[in-house]
Amino acid sequence: MEIKLNINGIDKLIDVKPHEFLVEVLRENGYLGVKKGCETGNCGLCTILIDDQPILSCSYLAVRAVGKKIETIEGLQEEATEIGAHLVDEGVDQCGYCSPGLVMNIIGMRRELENPTPEEARHYLTNNLCRCTGYVGQYRAIKRILGVAENDESC
Amino acid sequence: MLTFGDYIKASSLDEAYELISKKKPARIYGGGMYLRMGNRRIGLAVDLCDLGLDKIEETEEGFEIGAMATLRMLETHEGLNECYCNLFKEGLKDIIGVQFRNIATVGGTVYNKYGFSDVIPPLLAVNATVHFHGSDSISLKDYLDEEKYRRDVLVKVTVPKVENAKASIKTARISKSDYPALVVSASQIDGKTNIVVGARPRRAALAEKAMEYVDSQSELTEEVAIKAGEIASEELAFGTNTRGSKEYRQHICKVLVKRALLEVASWK
Amino acid sequence: MMKAVKKSLQKIDGMGLVTGKPVYTDDLAPKDCLIVKCLRSPHAFAKIKDIKIDRALKVPGIECVLTWKDLPRIPYTRAGASFPEPSSYDTYILDEYVRFIGDEVAIIAGTDEETVDKAIKMIKVDYEVYEPVIDFENAIDHPSVIHPDYENYETLIPIHPDFERNITCEFEYDLGDVDKAFEESDIVFEQRTYNQAQEHAMMETYRTYTYKDMHGRLVIVSSTQVPYHVRRTVARSLGLTADQVRVIKPRIGGGFGGKQSLATEFFPAAVTMKTGKPAKIIYTRDETTLCSTTRHRMRIDVKMGANKDGMITGIDMEVLSDQGAYGEHSKTTMGPAGYKTIPLYNKADGYRFHGYTVYTNLPVAGAFRGFGVTQGIFALESAVNRLAHELGMDPTVIREKNMLREGETSMGFNLSTVGGDQEPAQVAESCGLHEALQRGKELIGWDEKYPGKQIAPNKYMGVGVALSMQGSGIPRVDSASVTVKFQEQGFFTLLLGAADIGTGSDTILRQIAADAIGVSEDRIRVYSADTDVTPFDVGAYASSTTYVSGNAAKEAGKLAREALFREAARVLKVDEDKLDFDGDVFVYQDDSEVKITLEDLGNKLTYGSTQHQIEVTGSYVPQKAASPYMACFVEVIVDTETGEVEVPNLVGVVDCGTPINPKLARVQTEGGMIQGLGLAIMEKVEYDSRGRFINSSLMEYKIPARDDMRTNVQVEFTDTYEPTGPYGAKSIGEVVLNPVPPAVQEAIYNACGIWLLELPMTPECIIKALKEKEEKEKKEA
Repeated sequence: MEIKLNINGIDKLIDVKPHEFLVEVLRENGYLGVKKGCETGNCGLCTILIDDQPILSCSYLAVRAVGKKIETIEGLQEEATEIGAHLVDEGVDQCGYCSPGLVMNIIGMRRELENPTPEEARHYLTNNLCRCTGYVGQYRAIKRILGVAENDESC
Repeated sequence: MLTFGDYIKASSLDEAYELISKKKPARIYGGGMYLRMGNRRIGLAVDLCDLGLDKIEETEEGFEIGAMATLRMLETHEGLNECYCNLFKEGLKDIIGVQFRNIATVGGTVYNKYGFSDVIPPLLAVNATVHFHGSDSISLKDYLDEEKYRRDVLVKVTVPKVENAKASIKTARISKSDYPALVVSASQIDGKTNIVVGARPRRAALAEKAMEYVDSQSELTEEVAIKAGEIASEELAFGTNTRGSKEYRQHICKVLVKRALLEVASWK
Repeated sequence: MMKAVKKSLQKIDGMGLVTGKPVYTDDLAPKDCLIVKCLRSPHAFAKIKDIKIDRALKVPGIECVLTWKDLPRIPYTRAGASFPEPSSYDTYILDEYVRFIGDEVAIIAGTDEETVDKAIKMIKVDYEVYEPVIDFENAIDHPSVIHPDYENYETLIPIHPDFERNITCEFEYDLGDVDKAFEESDIVFEQRTYNQAQEHAMMETYRTYTYKDMHGRLVIVSSTQVPYHVRRTVARSLGLTADQVRVIKPRIGGGFGGKQSLATEFFPAAVTMKTGKPAKIIYTRDETTLCSTTRHRMRIDVKMGANKDGMITGIDMEVLSDQGAYGEHSKTTMGPAGYKTIPLYNKADGYRFHGYTVYTNLPVAGAFRGFGVTQGIFALESAVNRLAHELGMDPTVIREKNMLREGETSMGFNLSTVGGDQEPAQVAESCGLHEALQRGKELIGWDEKYPGKQIAPNKYMGVGVALSMQGSGIPRVDSASVTVKFQEQGFFTLLLGAADIGTGSDTILRQIAADAIGVSEDRIRVYSADTDVTPFDVGAYASSTTYVSGNAAKEAGKLAREALFREAARVLKVDEDKLDFDGDVFVYQDDSEVKITLEDLGNKLTYGSTQHQIEVTGSYVPQKAASPYMACFVEVIVDTETGEVEVPNLVGVVDCGTPINPKLARVQTEGGMIQGLGLAIMEKVEYDSRGRFINSSLMEYKIPARDDMRTNVQVEFTDTYEPTGPYGAKSIGEVVLNPVPPAVQEAIYNACGIWLLELPMTPECIIKALKEKEEKEKKEA
């Protein structure tokens, strides 16, 4: 069936099957910053925004997104660059595979929460798994993103 | 992968009911978080997403939680949490993550009576009622006791608004962003105690004997809480799955019931 | 000159990765790739009597269905290791036998996923089902022989398999007189520990796409740590020669050793060879768990002799390692459980090590960060801790007495060098263990906190310690080369065969090369890895990249510098010994007006009559162990009612020699320690009685989540310098994971008095052990 999806501000006519999830549809249409890492909704790699809320695109039917505002990292490059710079500064980009999903959820968090504490941010972002960093350095980066970084001179 | 033979966005509850009750392969597609994991085919997926059921409304009497309301809405609903000591905020916060809770629906988890549900125990603890299109409303407790799954359309879950409710929820999990190994929710509403144990791993149930015991005591002291935990862990059946053995669940039930009751007692 | 080295530079690929650029395997695959999937065995052990594919072939869109009869019968090993591999060739792309639940039965390729899924269901297989070997402790001489058809197998390195007895390999060594040492000891302590078959759980699952280039060569683009080994192994498996295969490694979404074994490469390759069309396979998370590799589950018996003064007199280790169905990295993981652990305690009179690795009908074990040392460190460090408690001694004190010091030698050292036990024992030219232990004690507050105390009605705090070591590549086995090419306008390309899998090796090798050439790192562009273009490198494993590839990068930089001087002198027509170079300009010492910028030199060497391409390659083969060391301290709080363990503090003081990039070294350490923490307390692996691995999804297999990590992790590096390393560097990737489980184990003991001998130490295990302890104490009372 053909549906109209608004992706990053642009209406697109896309042919989908009703059981197709957004992650597949987005990747097929060139939004390759959206990654997939599991089939159970646990990893958070596929995080995108729908009507400003972060969701797992692996679990969201494309047909349900009709009439909604879909945003991927491709459409949020400026904010992704600003947030990502903090991750790279801390060296926690590592393999990078979880990064676009994490960045998207940070953007979603910013739109939902006003001045979250680092602990609130950590909790909000817990569905974004990372196997490289153990989250330790990412937490430092998150504090910087929130503007509450302490002086850390150890490395 | 999950596939649909056909897919319909229902334009009314009547239409959805008609499809679900008359057409055998029809199934309501809620949040889909559980359904999507299987390698299954749904003959006809009926979607309620256009029926305005994705909200929680506060009335004089209580809270009407639409079947398509997400877990995140339930978790963050101010009135409901204020009324019940942040029960839903606490109880839902560890379910995988925000992105997951922005999709999973209250109707999906309640209709399916999922044993692993973090959502059903607190709803049961606050005496929720389940409303179907096409049949009568029924208390969540009675609904959970029904063996058969209704081929009705779940429209909403309601929770009464009460004064001075005290409630608590405690869970055991392997990882913070996991399904629970055990959930205990306790409440005292109008002087009556509820103790619910979920993820046993079977569906949530009230620990009736433990509740009766607590209500027979003049005060909810630590000793009473300990004893209630022991009674609950004896009266309910537990099982084994990857998140814990029967024995561990039985043990942890005592601890969590005690802790939940003590928290209930601590609310002013 | 160290300008770039020791600087915390950003990873060069970082911004591209975090902003979601399409740089991984599946992002690059052509849109018209055939989708490839495998039909997998539902039985742990069976023989395929008959397989009917005609109905599947008729599904519109299906391009090919391959069974074992359609593929060459050439055995190989999936283990990514240097040739000749120390693993038996016991694997076919598809075989008549299936040996674990998930083993490949058929390969199906079609135009899209739904078509392939539909066709898979139409393949009918008639199995002759056998009794599987599930329990690795009963695998040897089990009535079921897992590899009955071993006549065609080859074992190039003597690892002593005995296929009739389900033995993958046997390994032993004996140094000094351990029996005499035990006889003369005041105390002989024995214990048995187990670890689980931990999952790598890298975020990018296994995936590969393949196509034929215009010359008909097979091109493989794969998420791998070992591009060169992929080339050799896939070529062998398909009856091709190496020249017919090209392997490209794009960015990789994590590996941790998993991608040191081949997994997905064979299937699209076979399809492309058969159909001539591009083909792609993406493993699901379940397949990633079940059908690649895990950490080797090991049972280790440690016997340790000591005198009352705390001096360790002898160490004996007996290992049983669960290989799963195919023999990847069997001896090479079992051996290091001993020879990369016992050198820590070099003052004993004797050491003995013996072990079997056994085949079972379970998912295959392979390389995993730590590579056997993790298992050995858990067994050994846990024994040292318990011995200390038996002797009533502080575990840091027993270590001070017994542990290796800089400049010392150890009988065990040479065992990691092939044939090296015939030669004089190596000396630890750098060893920061003493500093690491002392500094770690300060950071955790050992003297105030040890052993632990009650902090709330049901909460008990305890601290624990463990040491760790590893290698820096395998001496005389691993090798690497790095090419530096000088280009117009004065920039350089650095061609790396090394596989950056997220570690930042592209970045740190660039730092090393920059200093070796004597130019700013900004002048250097990096390309990795493509077997047609980049020079040979064994790949990302054995903690080898910083040390082995790093030495190659340093050598290449040195050669480039020499060539630059030579060519600058030629162009300027002066004596090269009289040139100065500040990184930008060559200046003639006798006349500062005679000079040439690097930009101009680049142009002169690129165009016209002065053209001369500078392209130099440095190679390196390590000769000694150059072990990194570490002291790890942990503080836990145990809730004795629920068994939950909180980890408020984790300390790692690491001797990796010079950290080439301190920031990246720190992140490696943090990430490794948290993987170790997952291994210690969370990552549960369960099989059912039929041999089904039941925690195959990320929903069931719990790796630490962000919200679990409320730990204050402190990382520091010792002030050590490894003379044989590039600018003093040693490795870091693996050593940092190993010590966490035994440190946590001791901390739990110090908190609540129980020794948990099996990993992971879950709340449920803690409750069970506490109950047993309570019952035992009741009985004794």
